[in-house]
Amino acid sequence: MAFQSSEQASAYWRENVSLMLKLLAIWFAVSFGAGILFVDALNAVQFFGFKLGFWFAQQGSIYVFVLLIFVYVVKMNQLDQKYNVQEE
Amino acid sequence: MDLQTLTYIIVGATFLLYIGIAVWARAGSTHEFYVAGGGVSPLANGMATAADWMSAASFISMAGLISFMGYDGSVYLMGWTGGYVLLALCLAPYLRKFGKFTVPDFIGDRYYSQTARTVAVVCAILVSFVYVAGQMRGVGVVFSRFLEVDIETGVVVGMAVVFFYAVLGGMKGITYTQVAQYCVLIFAYLVPAIFISLMITGNPIPQLGFGSTIEGTDTYLLDKLDGLSTELGFALYTDGTKSMMDVFAITAALMVGTAGLPHVIVRFFTVPRVKDARISAGWALIFIMILYTTAPSIGAFARYNMINTLNGPDHQGTLVSEAPQWVKNWEKTGLIKHEDKNGDGRMFYSGDARNEMTIDRDIMVLANPEIAQLPNWVIALVAAGAVAAALSTAAGLLLVISTSISHDLLKRNLMPNISDKMELRYARGAAAVAILVAGYLGINPPGFVAEVVAFAFGLAAASFFPAIILGIFYKKMNKEGAVAGMLAGMVFTIGYIVYFKGIFITPMAANVPANWFLGISPEGIGTVGMLVNFVVAFAVSKFTKEVPAEVQDIVESIRFPKGAGAASSH
Repeated sequence: MAFQSSEQASAYWRENVSLMLKLLAIWFAVSFGAGILFVDALNAVQFFGFKLGFWFAQQGSIYVFVLLIFVYVVKMNQLDQKYNVQEE
Repeated sequence: MDLQTLTYIIVGATFLLYIGIAVWARAGSTHEFYVAGGGVSPLANGMATAADWMSAASFISMAGLISFMGYDGSVYLMGWTGGYVLLALCLAPYLRKFGKFTVPDFIGDRYYSQTARTVAVVCAILVSFVYVAGQMRGVGVVFSRFLEVDIETGVVVGMAVVFFYAVLGGMKGITYTQVAQYCVLIFAYLVPAIFISLMITGNPIPQLGFGSTIEGTDTYLLDKLDGLSTELGFALYTDGTKSMMDVFAITAALMVGTAGLPHVIVRFFTVPRVKDARISAGWALIFIMILYTTAPSIGAFARYNMINTLNGPDHQGTLVSEAPQWVKNWEKTGLIKHEDKNGDGRMFYSGDARNEMTIDRDIMVLANPEIAQLPNWVIALVAAGAVAAALSTAAGLLLVISTSISHDLLKRNLMPNISDKMELRYARGAAAVAILVAGYLGINPPGFVAEVVAFAFGLAAASFFPAIILGIFYKKMNKEGAVAGMLAGMVFTIGYIVYFKGIFITPMAANVPANWFLGISPEGIGTVGMLVNFVVAFAVSKFTKEVPAEVQDIVESIRFPKGAGAASSH
């Protein structure tokens, strides 16, 4: 066991899962939400030469996906340090 | 210099480059053959993953599909990128910590069962073969159009090149070759896109040109396309025709399928640390993003150019005798057909009864530079890019097949006592046989190659993904639940696809929205298959024996990075 105690282990896992769920909520919102479920409503908004819903479906969601992964990487590295379970 | 000579030179030069890299990176052990010795940097791994991921379908077909489907094409864009978020957040780091070579390794060990391992091996081989046949076909198409040899010769040449570097170099050779292939394919994709974006909108960045006004007017490109669509009797470009339910289901099936494909997952075993597995997925998605945000721009540009050159500036049609050169070139291949229905001697393209043109969607990316009248070297470059995309994916898949056979089937199942050296020999032999089978499938495609992509993703979504997710996040999932779930998900998905598409048998019902379950097409049914898998797995696990304590300890230990060693076979 790399953790000080089993409380530490479950605290680490709780924080990990909660971060993951938050990021997945954004993942769902930009793709399935803005790009599909609410696309008609968002299409009423003009965004440069795009209808906003269409832009999310064909461009915006992909940019957000990349950001999500990098946010996850940074946050997880901090979490590993905090609980001292990072690799040498 | 003429197009054919130029194509020979450019494609030939890239082949020399790939082979040179393969010789330099020759694999000496199973560790190097399967996971490149685990010593690939995250940046190189990301680039290789991107090349592995972007197949002939992404490079050749996707922008063309979007060009014809408009908004509906978004399912591919979101579906084939969104899966990387799932991979990075839910799978990659844990599988890397687990530290084995293959997906069946994980399933077999986590579910302490040879049955589970065997189900996973069969699934991995099936998915990979289905996929690789399409790649060899893609290579054949490019060769036959640009080198003017027949498709058979094209496929054989492609096979010989892949054989050389996959069998010799294993994962190590493949990874470094794929880095080179990514550079070739992305350059070949961007150059014509930038040219065409400049010509139509005056903006050199295709992603911005997509949302700009057409040069010399105040009309936005997309508004113009919507206008043309209405005028010609098509659905609005920014609207599409699929139901919301179906778009949702297809996008989800492609995303989840991406995260469950064995040749993608295995890339995350090749990096040294858990930390690197996380960031690898990020780099991979950046490299994929460059192509995937360009593709819809190309789709829109190509649609605009195509309608204008076919219907002429006055929108009355073009005289057959004055048909543009690209139409004449592609008519020879039979992929464009014109039938003069009203006998006025003009070509006319529309979405209603006036239409006289039949255009194959797959030609758009290859024909695009010709439509825009770009110089020959750009067209030759696109041919080299398409070949790079097809070869890099084929090589990655062949490695999964050979690993599944030599490692999962022979070493872990049938003959556990073989030495490392013997196993490596079997792996090379299996790769060679797999290439021959793939080449045969490329030359004699079973009628369903177009359908099989959906099939592969649906299968991966309905089988691997739930089993892996539950294996990591739900300690109490036992072998009975996992096996029952995988089988139920697979049988349901295969059954639904066969019911409507009739692979090997005649379809049992017309493949139309009125007949579909909840309006979900066979392309999207993997999403329902995944839910079936989860539900069955939970239900069965409640009524069967609990997971042994030592397996629960393994699950505990993959949940944090510390102590991850190199990937190993035991």
